Amino acid sequence: MSLFLIAALPFLGAVFPALLIRAGRNASASAAGLTTFLAFVGLLLHAPTVFSGEVVTARFDWLPGLGLNANFFLDGLGFLFATLILGIGLLIILYARFYLSREDPMGQFYTYLLLFQGAMVGIVLSDNILLLLIFWELTSLSSFLLIGYWKHLPEGRQGARMALTVTGSGGLAMIGGMLILGNIAGSYDLSVILENKEAIQASPLYLPALILILLGCFTKSAQFPFHFWLPHAMAAPTPVSAYLHSATMVKAGLFLMARMWPVLAGTPEWFYIVATTGLVTMALGAIIALFKDDLKGLLAFSTVSHLGLITMLLGFGTKLAAVIAVFHIINHATFKAALFMSAGIVDHEAHTRDIKRLGGLRHLMPVTFTIALVAALSMAGIPPFNGFLSKEMMLEETVHTVWAGSHYFVPGLALVAALFSAAYSFRFIVHVFFGPKRDDYPSTPHDPGVGMWLAPAFLITLVILIGLFSAKIAGPLVAVAAGAVIGGGELPYYSLKLWHGFTPALYMSIVAVTGGALLLAAHGPVMRAWNAAPRPEAKAIFDALMEALARLAKGITDGLHNGAITRYGAIMVAFTVALGWYAYSTGDTGPATRAVMAIDPIPALGWLSLVLATVLIVLRHHNRLLALILIGVVGLVVSMSFNYLSAPDLALTQLSVEVVTIVLMLLALNFMPKETPIETPALTRLRDGAIAVVAGLGSGGLIYALMTRDFAAPTISEFHLANSYKGGGGTNVVNVILVDFRGFDTFGEIIVLGIAALVIYALTEAVLGTRVRAYLLNRKPDLPQAGDAHPMMMVVATRVMMPLALMVAAYIFFRGHNLPGGGFIAGLVAAIAVIMQYMASGFSWTSERQRFYYHGIIGSGVLIAAATGIGAWFNDMPFLTSAFGYIHWPPLKEFEWATAALFDLGVFLAVVGAVLLALESLSRFAWQPGTSSEYAMDINPARDDEPKNENEV
Amino acid sequence: MEFLVASAVGLLTAAGVYLILRKRTFPVILGLSLVSYAVNVFLFATGRLMVNAPPILNKYEEVAYTDPLPQALVLTAIVISFGMTAVVVMIALGAFLSARDDRIDMLEDGETAKTGEDA
Repeated sequence: MSLFLIAALPFLGAVFPALLIRAGRNASASAAGLTTFLAFVGLLLHAPTVFSGEVVTARFDWLPGLGLNANFFLDGLGFLFATLILGIGLLIILYARFYLSREDPMGQFYTYLLLFQGAMVGIVLSDNILLLLIFWELTSLSSFLLIGYWKHLPEGRQGARMALTVTGSGGLAMIGGMLILGNIAGSYDLSVILENKEAIQASPLYLPALILILLGCFTKSAQFPFHFWLPHAMAAPTPVSAYLHSATMVKAGLFLMARMWPVLAGTPEWFYIVATTGLVTMALGAIIALFKDDLKGLLAFSTVSHLGLITMLLGFGTKLAAVIAVFHIINHATFKAALFMSAGIVDHEAHTRDIKRLGGLRHLMPVTFTIALVAALSMAGIPPFNGFLSKEMMLEETVHTVWAGSHYFVPGLALVAALFSAAYSFRFIVHVFFGPKRDDYPSTPHDPGVGMWLAPAFLITLVILIGLFSAKIAGPLVAVAAGAVIGGGELPYYSLKLWHGFTPALYMSIVAVTGGALLLAAHGPVMRAWNAAPRPEAKAIFDALMEALARLAKGITDGLHNGAITRYGAIMVAFTVALGWYAYSTGDTGPATRAVMAIDPIPALGWLSLVLATVLIVLRHHNRLLALILIGVVGLVVSMSFNYLSAPDLALTQLSVEVVTIVLMLLALNFMPKETPIETPALTRLRDGAIAVVAGLGSGGLIYALMTRDFAAPTISEFHLANSYKGGGGTNVVNVILVDFRGFDTFGEIIVLGIAALVIYALTEAVLGTRVRAYLLNRKPDLPQAGDAHPMMMVVATRVMMPLALMVAAYIFFRGHNLPGGGFIAGLVAAIAVIMQYMASGFSWTSERQRFYYHGIIGSGVLIAAATGIGAWFNDMPFLTSAFGYIHWPPLKEFEWATAALFDLGVFLAVVGAVLLALESLSRFAWQPGTSSEYAMDINPARDDEPKNENEV
Repeated sequence: MEFLVASAVGLLTAAGVYLILRKRTFPVILGLSLVSYAVNVFLFATGRLMVNAPPILNKYEEVAYTDPLPQALVLTAIVISFGMTAVVVMIALGAFLSARDDRIDMLEDGETAKTGEDA
């Protein structure tokens, strides 16, 4: 099965449990199980290849130029983790089916679980580190959903939030580290990065990259001082805890450290950061675990401790330590998942997980007792179980490790950890299962059905078998996975067996087990001393930190965003000016290289009127109508200057847009106050004026500097000029750029325009649906109205002009490809032709004659443009490739026909529709009963009956 | 000529920014229009100024052409800024009709936001 499919299966399958829950809980669980099983089988099919030492790959290039691809590979390490994830996932799915109660939404649970499983499989199979990062973040997100699964419990929500905050911020740090790493190696492919050990370790950025990546690993794997989230995540249902905290989520950090081991390990920095963190975490976790009364709390801290153990082994940087780390990953996953499940069974049956309220369960729950006993003894490091093997090897390795010149620091702390580890493992058994039977259990405990104990029973079978026949059962897997960790080369000598002779490790084990038993015997007084001792509460610190952060963020946001747009505007302009000033004062400007053009009198006149109009707008903007007329003057001058400066297309566009804009603003002004009161104090106006003048000087100065210098580099315009006719079949280069070279941009733009018009329509609908409608219907005009709303001269003139205007639009449209014109301008002209009818003959008269809805016109425009673009696919060309040819129909002159013209038709329709929809929406505000006439025209020359009243004429 | 264009851009920007900082919707819309003009002319001018050299290919003789690319960009920018203006006008109108007030610094309960100085 392709690696793509293995990684994708959990995601694809995630839909089914949520859907099939309607068919019952069994259907939902089976769907989840089947998905996982398929992926698991697919993985196992690769086993022979992997065990023969080969690497399975699946490659998919997406954007090779940016190093973006979806490459997967499966080596020994990936195989080990994928087996754990999918195998234990399968057991968890079985267990959860019987663990979750009727009230729990099981479909959701399995969907979340599969999403999480897919993200984990993605992490361990990714070859590309960017892809890996995405899966990494996905595990944070999906574990958030899983931990907070019991939404009604505040602890669940808080625990989920804490886990997301800690692992998410670690993930952010890791993104930085990975990008640095990819930069040093010159590739984002793990297979390439892993070959560049020398380059990476020699780089000055090695340490920052290492720290950032380790931050990600440590937060994920709950290493000190980020260990605190894991116990709080225990608020999750037990299947989640068993899955996330034995085999998957927290092991992701370990996986990454193992994965990066060949390139990152072996330096003093690596040793001191990783090994020390692991050592401290191992000891601290073990000590705290002994004093937890909550069964899952105990297991949580023991998980922290064991993760520390593995981290420490990876941190040692020796090949042998890496082998032991891999071995312990397997062992820990088996016994810890079984322990979590048995804790869940106890909780499920006795309705409490408080050790103080338990005891004497061995007679009531013999099966659970057996499972818990074997798993706990393995965790304590008692032979012949698998925990003993790896713990023994670990202790042996610590004896040979020198930490900052000290031979005793590492083994000493490791011994402490082992001792406490034995103690809490014994406590798990003794205080829960031994002792007298009690009569105050919240619920009478008994063994659960086979569905619940089958999964942990299977796991403890593995615990025993690996313990007894380690070399046969786990040996090949350890060898192939460890081989992948140490990155080629010979594996060091090691032997997976119970009896190594009288080694220092054996003595340490004996001390640890004896000491652990003694410690448990003295548990009462020790516990009292522990509870009396002051110690920092991680959750309180975390909460205080979060609150401080939130206050800081709120302070900044409130300072910048107080709800006043003027302030945003001022901040934005001031910031832009500051940026410009920074660029100006730090960069250098070359001398002016272009000759300045002479000033002709007519442009000077235009400039003068523009300046006058603008100054007048600023001074007299309180009179809104006047300001609008002056804006029209500015627009006209701008159009004329476009025309003068060799941009006829722009001049035409600006001119027609100008008409539409002014009509639009007039329509709006109809309902708004006609005056702006002077209400800002002089000082504020002075300040705003100062900001404005600086902004104006900046932009004016910048464009002047730009215009008096030549292009710094050759422009791409030469290409457009050279290929416009040859490649696009048109001589109007601007139009060819719009409909051909940059057709995709134009396509996007007509869509945006259409959306803008639809937004206006929707807003109109929304506003008119409120009490505003009543206000509008009863509104009295605030200006004197003309006696004749639709003057006959104007009506007749516009009707005569309508066909003329449309013909002009058609003319402009057709000549667009070769001469100034095109879809945009033609669309605006056609829209204006219709607007004239609205203005002269009234809204009602025009709407009655409207055959096509403007929405449809916009839509058809976009669709025609899209269809033209898609047409290119049928000729095996990329989207929007245009074709053209020449047609000669006598007696017509030969003319050119390009598919670009069809595209331009789409542009034309979209523009017509958008402009008219916008204006029509605005005019609907003006509708009042009685404004429409029952006759075709207000002034109907053909009407033979008498007018009903004077007003109507 | 360059000076005329540059000074016009500067003036339009300054006037636009000043109006955008006013406290009623209508002047802000006017300001946005002025800034749109300034930006469009600015973009257009990055292609450098030329007279009598429109980018319409001449089949019969070799002539100079001005830079067509900024023109194409500005052409769509003009149309899009119309769309933007229309939406803003609509929002302003809707807000005025709903609240019967066209101040822009209003909070939901009709109070004026605290801006440090009184509106």
